[in-house]
Amino acid sequence: MMHWNSTGEFFAMGGYGFYVWVSYGLTALCLAGELWMLHSRRRRIERAGDEA
Amino acid sequence: MGFSTIHWYRYASPQAFYPLAGTLAPLFLAIAMGLGLIGLFIAFFVAPTDFQQGEAYRIIFIHVPAAWMSMFIYLVMACWGAVGLALNARLSFMMAQALAPTGAMFTLVALVTGALWGKPMWGAWWVWDARLTSELILLFLYLGAMALHSAVDEPRRADKAFAVFALVGAINVPIIYFSVKWWNTLHQGASISLTKAPAMAAVMLWGMLILALACWAYSIGAAMLRVRCIIAEREREASWMNEMREAE
Repeated sequence: MMHWNSTGEFFAMGGYGFYVWVSYGLTALCLAGELWMLHSRRRRIERAGDEA
Repeated sequence: MGFSTIHWYRYASPQAFYPLAGTLAPLFLAIAMGLGLIGLFIAFFVAPTDFQQGEAYRIIFIHVPAAWMSMFIYLVMACWGAVGLALNARLSFMMAQALAPTGAMFTLVALVTGALWGKPMWGAWWVWDARLTSELILLFLYLGAMALHSAVDEPRRADKAFAVFALVGAINVPIIYFSVKWWNTLHQGASISLTKAPAMAAVMLWGMLILALACWAYSIGAAMLRVRCIIAEREREASWMNEMREAE
């Protein structure tokens, strides 16, 4: 099951580390970005509600 | 009119749906988180190395679920638009609108991870072939629908314009899906036949399916959060919204 011999080998991804990790990193960034935008939209609504 | 009909229509009003969406959002986001961790574990620690593509193939575990979601969300969005047009139901239009940014996000993820996979495998970040071009058009359809909605001042007219635009654009989805069959393309066909070793294909398929389910749960969660924002923004003046705000 575990086919990685070391942490270094895991991050190297058989020489494709750049492509694999940038893919996963940008995906995580997109998901986090969307949730952050939703959160700030929510807060904007609540602040407007408090002022009213 | 039976009991089930009454029950259904109860949640068809933004007022009744607002608290329900508030309950469902964290639930689905938690499911997404759980399935996502299981899927990532399979993707990196259970799935073996691909005999043709080495470790680069591991991009498949996000690329394919994101591409599936980009098409699926578009169809769901168009369906909500159609329901909205047919029944003149405000909540249906709001649901359609709530799905668009999430769909656009998954389309972007599919395109970017595709480029990052294409470079080492094909030697090019981008090629103008049928699959890639039709997926890029999908991104423009999402962005176009969103821009159209914000460009029309009157909300009810904006809803209808959005729905009609989404419905017309839906023709692009089968084009994306069948593009690898209809045209000669660099893009590989069905992912399930990526490798010939059956045991390996099964593990990869499981990883992909679990991550697709995680994306699916995430999309519902995000859409619920967004539809709550849309309802709150548009029902600002309604008395029930003020009462709910005070109660919270």
